[in-house]
Amino acid sequence: MSVNTEWKPKIVAFCCNWCSYAGADLAGSSRLSYPADVKIIRIPCSCRLNPLFILRAFQRGADGVILCGCHPGDCHYSTGNYYARRRMTLLFSMLSYLGIDSRRTRVEWVSAAEGPKFAATMNDFAKTITELGENVKLGDLRCKEN
Amino acid sequence: MQKIGVFVCWCGSNIAATVDVKAVANALRSEPGVVFSTEYQYMCSENGQNLIKDTIRDYKLDGIVICSCSPRMHEATFRKTALAAGLNPYMVEIANIREQVSWIHKDMTEATDKAIVLGRAAIAKVKKNAPLTAGTSPVTKRALVIGGGIAGIQTALDVADAGYEVDIVEKSPTIGGRMAQLDKTFPTLDCAACILTPKMVEANQHENINLLTYSEVESVSGFVGSFKAKIRKKARFVDEVKCTGCGVCTEKCPSRKGLNEFNMGLNTRGAVYIPFAQAVPNKAVIDASNCIHFRTGKCGICEKNCSAGAIKFDQQDEIIERDYGAIVVATGFKPIDASAFDEYAYNQSKDVVTSLEFERLMNAAGPTKGTLLRPSDGEHPHEIVFIQCVGSRCSRDASKGKEYCSKICCMYTAKHAMLVREKYPDTKVHVFYIDVRTPGKNFDEFYRRAVEQYGVDYIKGMVGKVTVEGKKLRVQGSDLISNEQVHIDADMVVLATAIEPDPTARSIGTMLTASMDTNDFFTEAHPKLRPVESPTAGIFLSGVCQGPKDIPETVSQAGAAASKVIGLLSKNELVGNPCVAHANELLCNGCSQCERVCPYGAITYVEKEVRGPEFRGTKRVAVVNEAVCQGCGACTVTCPSTAMDLKGFSNNQIMAEVDAICR
Repeated sequence: MSVNTEWKPKIVAFCCNWCSYAGADLAGSSRLSYPADVKIIRIPCSCRLNPLFILRAFQRGADGVILCGCHPGDCHYSTGNYYARRRMTLLFSMLSYLGIDSRRTRVEWVSAAEGPKFAATMNDFAKTITELGENVKLGDLRCKEN
Repeated sequence: MQKIGVFVCWCGSNIAATVDVKAVANALRSEPGVVFSTEYQYMCSENGQNLIKDTIRDYKLDGIVICSCSPRMHEATFRKTALAAGLNPYMVEIANIREQVSWIHKDMTEATDKAIVLGRAAIAKVKKNAPLTAGTSPVTKRALVIGGGIAGIQTALDVADAGYEVDIVEKSPTIGGRMAQLDKTFPTLDCAACILTPKMVEANQHENINLLTYSEVESVSGFVGSFKAKIRKKARFVDEVKCTGCGVCTEKCPSRKGLNEFNMGLNTRGAVYIPFAQAVPNKAVIDASNCIHFRTGKCGICEKNCSAGAIKFDQQDEIIERDYGAIVVATGFKPIDASAFDEYAYNQSKDVVTSLEFERLMNAAGPTKGTLLRPSDGEHPHEIVFIQCVGSRCSRDASKGKEYCSKICCMYTAKHAMLVREKYPDTKVHVFYIDVRTPGKNFDEFYRRAVEQYGVDYIKGMVGKVTVEGKKLRVQGSDLISNEQVHIDADMVVLATAIEPDPTARSIGTMLTASMDTNDFFTEAHPKLRPVESPTAGIFLSGVCQGPKDIPETVSQAGAAASKVIGLLSKNELVGNPCVAHANELLCNGCSQCERVCPYGAITYVEKEVRGPEFRGTKRVAVVNEAVCQGCGACTVTCPSTAMDLKGFSNNQIMAEVDAICR
């Protein structure tokens, strides 16, 4: 497939503070590389991720959004990731209905000890998004600042 | 317009080698609102912090962004720096350009570009930050210890000696736990009762310790420093104050159906009983399910014979509500059910016993008064086989056993073997083992003594089957060293059963929101650095509830837990986390959805007078208890009217970061 060499995907990764953000730190201190297209936003818990943030990201030109949280049963707040899992299941099916390819959205559980998994997840997700190319859906809603 | 300062750290060469820090500082200087931007070798150093402080004062900054290592590393440092310069510590944001940029990217252009984007996101966020002030909450200077075994007793004694009140809640009628059931203890072979019972008495007599035996914790609410527990003191049907512990009632009781729990059910006891001679408190208790009076309304022999008038058939359960600053879990263990191991004929023969049952058979206060006799016919055994790892290190069939090593079995089996050989030198003793694990002070020497001095026959291998052959137990196993099949016709077989957390642990863990592993052992806050604290603040772990351990280790851990409790109780107040949820009363529609998702019960609803531009009057609104809220944000997403927001991670702040990244 032809990919514009100028084009770089925009990937937003929401990471919970306790597991996945620490997992990303471990990936960093282990020097495990993943594409610079991935930008991390720290949230206290995966359940803090408002579906509106994901919609906003796609409206503003994101090509992929991934949520990382503690493994089921390991949530620092006991149940937060269960809420996140249910909300994302619903949201992703709605986004898919709207035409956002379901491969552009993902939820992964990454613990603070899983630096290699964090890097591998980001590499795989970035590869998928790069192959999918630019996200044009919700483009009419895009309000890019010029 | 807000005035923002940006500080880009080199982290020596950690960042500067891959990120063009000057270019980052220059790029961020042109962001709207940024009035100052610079880079420096080590921002966290004293000079770096002074640079930040001076700039905050000179430029009268409203917020700062530090482009440096992970906020998990130095967020607290830079917040303190800001505070020292008179800036609210929550007006600080960190762009993680080390772990997320310089350490994982090699291309300088790419890394510099990413660092600029992360810096922009942090600037966008800090512009939406609001000054926050952490609340404080008082500390109730009393500890609750759940479980009255050696772990609970030791923790309670240490905390009480430091001058704080402690309540021990024990579900059985006496404290003492598993250690009270043991005969001798390894590696010194001193008797368990001789070293434990003085501690039990001390706990009972300590002015700062309050024993609540035959009691269970029913519910716990609150948070670190201010827990509220509801404790059910079960009816003993005996007035504890009047009972003198003379034991006349226990002798006269005509019901003999109750299995003696202390002797692992090897004999029976009366319906009214004292668990054992050294029980603390030494008070009788009536087991209503076996009592003739409770079943038929007749009998009452104990009541007639009690000269103290202590029998109270109409006694009711009592609910006690008390406040605590800290809670220690010391719920201990039990041996797993050996009946699942059919291959060892545990269900077919009374002469196949577990190690804890064997412990009672060897004990002077046990059912045989310390004479080792076969439970089936009361005859003296002449050949005994010990089987180790029954249910431990059992990955094949985890439904039957446990994957972990129970840690204490190698040592107590060596002890049993040694005690048998010492008391009855004519008895042959064989031990089947997978590995002998004896890492502990004087432990390996102890095991070597069993082999070399006492002539215990250690066979490396597994037992395949035990079958009942008349009066004998045929043990079929393999000797892995000689590579031969072994058949032994034994008189008794002793199973070193795995240990597992007490069955009440799971419900207590749920009650305390303290996390547990898949085996129901409590999880520590950090496996190496915080081994006696639960991840839930104010909950501490003592003894086997956290993982298998022997008595010396349990006592050390109990003391460590106590020192953590003392550290907490010595504070007058605790500083909370100001990043908590907050409801906008004008937007709140009173739907209660946030209340339902809150894992801490921090949200309540009140009828309140609300005044705003579009609404004036009384309405039902959500109120967040800031001391209870932990700041997860579950409520903020659930709220259908966007009334609920999280301070420090508000909708506007996160949205600003999204916009900055996707720009």
